[in-house]
Amino acid sequence: MTLLSVEDLHTHFISRDLDNQIRVARALNGVSFTLEAGRILGLVGETGAGKSLTATSLMGLLRPPARVVGGRALFEGQDLLAMPEAQVNALRGRDISLVVQSPKSSLDPLTRIGDQLIRIHRAHRKVSEAAARDRAVEMLASLGIPDPARRMAAWPYELSGGMAQRVLIALALMNAPRLLIADEPTTGLDVTVQAQILDLLRDLVRRTGIGAMIITHDLGVVAHYCDEMAVMYAGAIVESGPVREVFGQPSHPYTANLIGATPERLRLGGPRTVGGPPPNLFRLPEGCAYRDRCPQAGPDCAQTPPDVALGAGHIARCHRVAA
Amino acid sequence: MTPILQVENLQKHFPAQGGRTVHAVNGVSFSINPGETLGVVGESGSGKSTIGRAVIRLLKPTAGRIRFQGRDITTLPESACRPLRAEMQMVFQDPWSALNPRIRIGELIAEPLLLHTKLSRSERRDRAEQLARRVRLTTELLTRYPSELSGGQLQRVCIARAIATQPKLIVLDEPTSSLDLSVRAGILELLAELKAETGVAMMFISHDLGTVKLISDRIMVLYLGGVVEYAPAAKVFADPAHPYSQALISAHLPADPEAVLRRHVLEGEIPSPIALPPGCHFASRCPVAVPDCRATAPELRAVHGDTAHQAACLRIAEGANRIPEVADG
Repeated sequence: MTLLSVEDLHTHFISRDLDNQIRVARALNGVSFTLEAGRILGLVGETGAGKSLTATSLMGLLRPPARVVGGRALFEGQDLLAMPEAQVNALRGRDISLVVQSPKSSLDPLTRIGDQLIRIHRAHRKVSEAAARDRAVEMLASLGIPDPARRMAAWPYELSGGMAQRVLIALALMNAPRLLIADEPTTGLDVTVQAQILDLLRDLVRRTGIGAMIITHDLGVVAHYCDEMAVMYAGAIVESGPVREVFGQPSHPYTANLIGATPERLRLGGPRTVGGPPPNLFRLPEGCAYRDRCPQAGPDCAQTPPDVALGAGHIARCHRVAA
Repeated sequence: MTPILQVENLQKHFPAQGGRTVHAVNGVSFSINPGETLGVVGESGSGKSTIGRAVIRLLKPTAGRIRFQGRDITTLPESACRPLRAEMQMVFQDPWSALNPRIRIGELIAEPLLLHTKLSRSERRDRAEQLARRVRLTTELLTRYPSELSGGQLQRVCIARAIATQPKLIVLDEPTSSLDLSVRAGILELLAELKAETGVAMMFISHDLGTVKLISDRIMVLYLGGVVEYAPAAKVFADPAHPYSQALISAHLPADPEAVLRRHVLEGEIPSPIALPPGCHFASRCPVAVPDCRATAPELRAVHGDTAHQAACLRIAEGANRIPEVADG
């Protein structure tokens, strides 16, 4: 069974304007992807594309005015979005874990890290304090934290950025989840530390066979640590597939432009890159959301583009892509 | 050819709690030639930004010598620095906080002209329009406020301000780090054009190795406030000599799944700049360190007789500077 299958997920921000008119920001517009156990999926896109919102939507962590207005998120066949709250609560932190951005602000500053690890374990499992402590020490050790027994007593402020990120990953793994979602796990860390953290994540997936989704804006991370990738633009996945396929033959014009903008492919003095602020989610154009920037756009782009299968699981949502 | 900027043995210390001292920059020497872009790379705490600010005298150096166009500006009083800044400009990382939110874009771009030239109001306005067009901003933005522009547009405003007085040197401190990939590409393209057109020298400070490789002529690699390697950009990436450069460059992830990674893993954490270890500052994490490394601080030396390529490592002379590779998972 597919570990995670997200089907046509729609999330809107629904609020009232000053003149009491209802305003709808269409932040997610039909996000669909699948993630198999033992694989790493990279969800990439620029600011405002809806990467983090995809994670919070499917984990049921949205707060008003954001609301899921359509779609399904099947975790091992069960729809997370249709489940009663109590059942989702039992899954979250146990079978599905989220490693959020900014490690320093995501740890409880007034609790020693050992107690935080023990607390999350005992919230989901009937184990003794001593057993939970043993597991916590073991977990810190497996993440390469030196002198783990002593580190259990450390306060969050005493940790460097890399250490804090490891502790957050330890928290996410305490209950041996089957799905791990990591939102920008290495943003803000130095490159040598980034490599250590990503190595850890990859070893974990290879060793335990869990599925992982890495949300990132860094195509280098995707290129070297992910098996599959999904490219987001304006709340929809415009292209997805095996990493080598997508990099080798980027087919959606947005993906081609994005990959062409990486320092490795950029030719200074060559043709100029198309770039700009994220599109206005209150006034997305009909049809393809990228058509007002797309150099290849034509009249047919006002119609909703089809998902074109390019073989080997490589899919692009564009009128211009020939199958 | 006289270099635009010559820095000798620059040191900058900051006071820390309890009467201690943060050794942010410890004896850095380098030069930038006209039209040259020097990339400065290193991880957090390596002193990159401190050096950038010291060379244009936003910070007063603790020791050392800074020459700008041959003139010693190390101890120039603040009043004498001001006119100098028409010729040396800076672009900061965060364009949202670098611009006064209550001044319109047109006036922001014209501001350096007001400070440094005798142009009339209408001449300044014309010149601001030219500058806006040069950095590819539509002139209708000139009447807007910074909050109405995107990050990429604001960074273009900062660049327009920096080139307004036709400086000889621009220090760019992480100018693209807070921008999205496609926006970043546009800024890099603009910088390359400006360099080709005006021959302005640049000091490009960044932790993003891919960007630095693309835009720099030479690269200076820093570790704990000291230069560990100083070489032409291609050389640093193809054949890094210092063990730290090797580890740093191997940790860089090019956005290309076909690129083969040569992985080196560093143990331990960067020492505190308050209590610097004696000898080579990298010795505590260096896989090829010998007792000598902890005793004497190595100097920058030509690598195998190549004076363009310099590195500060004792073990290069004996050919023992290669750190072991780890198989890529």
